[in-house]
Amino acid sequence: MMEKMLRTFYNGIIPENPTLRLVIGMCPVLAVTTAVVNSVWMGLAVIFVLTASNTLISLLRKFIPDKIRIPCFIVVIATFTTIADLVLAAVQPDVHKILGVFVPLIVVNCIILGRAEAFASKNPVHLALADGVGMGIGFTLAIMVLASIREILGSGSWFGIRLMPAGFEPATVMILPPGAFISLGFLLGTMNLVTARLAVRTSRSKQKSSSCAAHAGLEG
Amino acid sequence: MEEKKAVPGFDKLVVASSPHIRAVETVDRLMWQVIIALMPAAVVSVYFFGLRALVLMLVGIASAVLTEALVEKALKKEITIADGSAALTGLLLAFNVPANAPWWMVAVGAAFAIAVVKQTFGGLGANFVNPALAARAFMLAAWPQHMTGKFPVPLDSITAATPLAILKGTATGTLPSYLDLFIGNVGGVLGETSALALLVGGAYLIWQKVIDWRTPAGFIGTVAVLTWIFGGKGGLFTGDPLHHVLAGVLILGAFFMATDYVTSPITPKGRLIFGIGCGFITVLIRLWGGYPEGVSYSILLMNLVVPFLDRWTLPRVYGVTRARA
Repeated sequence: MMEKMLRTFYNGIIPENPTLRLVIGMCPVLAVTTAVVNSVWMGLAVIFVLTASNTLISLLRKFIPDKIRIPCFIVVIATFTTIADLVLAAVQPDVHKILGVFVPLIVVNCIILGRAEAFASKNPVHLALADGVGMGIGFTLAIMVLASIREILGSGSWFGIRLMPAGFEPATVMILPPGAFISLGFLLGTMNLVTARLAVRTSRSKQKSSSCAAHAGLEG
Repeated sequence: MEEKKAVPGFDKLVVASSPHIRAVETVDRLMWQVIIALMPAAVVSVYFFGLRALVLMLVGIASAVLTEALVEKALKKEITIADGSAALTGLLLAFNVPANAPWWMVAVGAAFAIAVVKQTFGGLGANFVNPALAARAFMLAAWPQHMTGKFPVPLDSITAATPLAILKGTATGTLPSYLDLFIGNVGGVLGETSALALLVGGAYLIWQKVIDWRTPAGFIGTVAVLTWIFGGKGGLFTGDPLHHVLAGVLILGAFFMATDYVTSPITPKGRLIFGIGCGFITVLIRLWGGYPEGVSYSILLMNLVVPFLDRWTLPRVYGVTRARA
């Protein structure tokens, strides 16, 4: 059981990373990655909503009638999103103001509804929980990397701390929409390269010996 | 290459595979021709703006060529820096910055043009927009403080608003005379100032059949007609077409950037439409848009529709009737 949970958890971080492999829920990815601080809070909000809604939907999966499952999912997700929104407004009012509409928009985020539909409504609670945490962390890591690239090049800082020497003139374009698309393109390309390499290594080690198969499957 | 094969029994009869007739035109020759055609403008630019202009051009070329070599080495592709296309991109990019631009901006811009706009799409022949212009748009969005505002005035150390900004009314100053505009004795980016030098280079390219006259003719003609009709403050047909044609990067763009082989149509009719479209968008931006100059964005936008233009203007194959739908 533990191994299966770990594999589900890892699945959301690299093999099926929602942002870089499934390429879903791109709206906040492009919009809130102008600074690393914003992406961290956005990521935390998504981790909370995703984990909580996955768990609850998995618990309710036998009670939810198939025909009206989407409205039921939405009600659950909207509840947790509202909690996240209100908590963020109370704890971090400044960040809440910057993230603006993108926190309430978590309700319609493809990742959350997608995991509810594709995973949580078909799997037991412990796996749905692992999937929610894994996918949430995968999303957070992806937008943190993207935000790091954009903040360092576009503002010359990281987490608001000045990194570049005084003579550095930040390339404003990186914190504008074109910068988001350019960096995202390169990030997706890098991710494709990494997964292609991993796949080659996995298939090789599988060929070597069948006893390694379980281990290799966990790797990639 | 083993191209010729002797047929058994017929030692003298040689069968070669097609193509049987080869043109002397090569990518290398065309690219170097364009660079040669840009030389008059480069010389005039150095004369008016001083050594600073030469430094910026060399930085642009060096950065573009170096980036091309590094990227191609990293991707294990054939190193194609000798074909001159990277050098041309670097030079055109330098032509698009004012003389007081920092050298590192030109270096970063040239690297962006080659690494991001050209090589990520597959190198020469595969980029869908003009690398130099896309990099110019990148620099304008990244460091607007160095790409807009007051530009250096030739033979002087002061800066002033460009003629187009004055014409638009976003800046104050006196408009230069037609002669100054024609010779290039006005403020602006390195390559835009001297209409005369650019026209000499453009005429050379048309004479050498490197570029088609249709694109620049359609482009400049459209700008002239539309600015004459709509450009005046006193109503229709009171505009100043000559001023609009001579000022800004119009001539540079029409002869040297809109005619880029990779990003312009291949059919004659398509080239004319391409030029007219560029002129139309340029006038839209110049007269009613937010920027004083619109040549680079107009070419970039028209670059995007080139595949459609090529498909729509495909000439009918001789002897084939149009298929009835």
